[in-house]
Amino acid sequence: MSYMGLPLRSFRRLGRIILLACHGMGHALIILGSATLFIRTIWRPRARHETVAQLYITGIKSLGVISVVAVFTGMILALQTGLELRRYGQEEFIGSAVSISIIREMGPFMTGLIIAASVGSAIAAQLGTMAVSEEIAALEVMSINPNRFLVMPRLVALAIMLPVLTVYTNILGILGGGIVGATQLGVSFQAYLDNATRFAENKDLFVGLFKAFVFGIIIATVACYQGLSATEGAVGVGRATRQTVITSFLMILIVGYMITRLFYI
Amino acid sequence: MITFDNVTKKLGGKMILDGVSFEVPKGETFVVVGLSGAGKSVTLKHMIHLLVPDRGTVRIGDDVISQARGPELERMRSRFGVLFQGAALLQWLDVFENVALPLRENTKMTEEEIEKTVLEKLTLLNMAESAEKFPSDLSGGMQKRVGLARAIVMSPEIILYDEPTSGLDPVTSRLIDGLIENLRKELGVTSVVVTHDLHSALSIGTRIMMIDGGKIVENAVPEEFIRSENETVKLFLESQYITRRGAWEKGMEGHG
Repeated sequence: MSYMGLPLRSFRRLGRIILLACHGMGHALIILGSATLFIRTIWRPRARHETVAQLYITGIKSLGVISVVAVFTGMILALQTGLELRRYGQEEFIGSAVSISIIREMGPFMTGLIIAASVGSAIAAQLGTMAVSEEIAALEVMSINPNRFLVMPRLVALAIMLPVLTVYTNILGILGGGIVGATQLGVSFQAYLDNATRFAENKDLFVGLFKAFVFGIIIATVACYQGLSATEGAVGVGRATRQTVITSFLMILIVGYMITRLFYI
Repeated sequence: MITFDNVTKKLGGKMILDGVSFEVPKGETFVVVGLSGAGKSVTLKHMIHLLVPDRGTVRIGDDVISQARGPELERMRSRFGVLFQGAALLQWLDVFENVALPLRENTKMTEEEIEKTVLEKLTLLNMAESAEKFPSDLSGGMQKRVGLARAIVMSPEIILYDEPTSGLDPVTSRLIDGLIENLRKELGVTSVVVTHDLHSALSIGTRIMMIDGGKIVENAVPEEFIRSENETVKLFLESQYITRRGAWEKGMEGHG
């Protein structure tokens, strides 16, 4: 065997991986673009019905897990920050520390991760099952564009619901911090709230909500692309679901950082 | 009506169709048989542009469907009804809504007209009483009948059947065969049936084509098909306990 064989094969494999990644990204962007163009058809009865159903699945059905995560995130943030601030006698400032952390970063970030893991994976599994059982092919043959019929309602629902759920996460997270402040750090709830609202700016809220909106689009695009591209039966559906969660998590982290950098530096 | 001209297709580096050429005449029930992985379903998918050939063309009448895109492709596809192997019904819609779906999405029919048309098709297939059931509540045979109702609801010129009797018991299989035959007689449609069930092929087919290794090994009327001298065809016939004489008589029973 030639000594040149191994590096050449590795180089070729790397090239193939890059090409596949570019192909996948291109395909996902085409799905996103096509579904965005179909938003004009959202007032048709079936599209409206499907969008409302997706809003319900994304919003109402996720409230339980989001509530628990939001409250405990606020509590953990308050406790960790409060214990450090107490060393300097500044524990009354936990309100602003918790509110700014949650509104700017933790609210959209935690909401994005929860929705990617619960709703995103469910979308990938559903569309993946439809793809491997030829339901997507059946739609195409009936001249029903899957990007209009399936992707658009999910895209709209996630793009609307992520900011709404983020507001909910923000509120519960700040309240959770207040509970810890009042019960364990000796900061009255009123003082905590005064401090929380004094330092947080409108910009923090709007940048956080913008992040949530972008995360919603990312989760919908990744989940729909992975689901529609599923092949090879149950194994393929499992792969699509796993890839949706991994890719969404990574993109939420990277894009979240980029948006923060864009607005705060 | 459907013309394959030197169609070649590779999938995953494997040659699935190797320069395949044939014609499906209008009004016939054209059956494609072959072993698993022979390229039968791939052939069917080329007819509706779910796959495109690497080389060659697929025509529907004068239209080249293999090169069509966008609205032109939608127009060509509207000439087809397709019964998929697993029926491919949308699980969250009931039977009525599954059959009504193409009408709701592609026509401007009123709710009354849709209801009338859907119930008419479901009645034709003895499924009207199951209109409010969901696909998960139906047996495999019933799901195929609903799939067939959906395939014919837009009154297509051509109906494609992908393994219509696979996974069904012999009685239900013959029932599906009867439905295919009735649709050809009553609606005058052109049918293409992909199957590995030779009893079914001999029962409903007006012409039978066998594919093996990506090539056509036989394309003949049923009487000639069972007398084929091709070794692959002979083996295929024998594997289903069909003798040259008895088989034809057995197969013809389906014609009643």
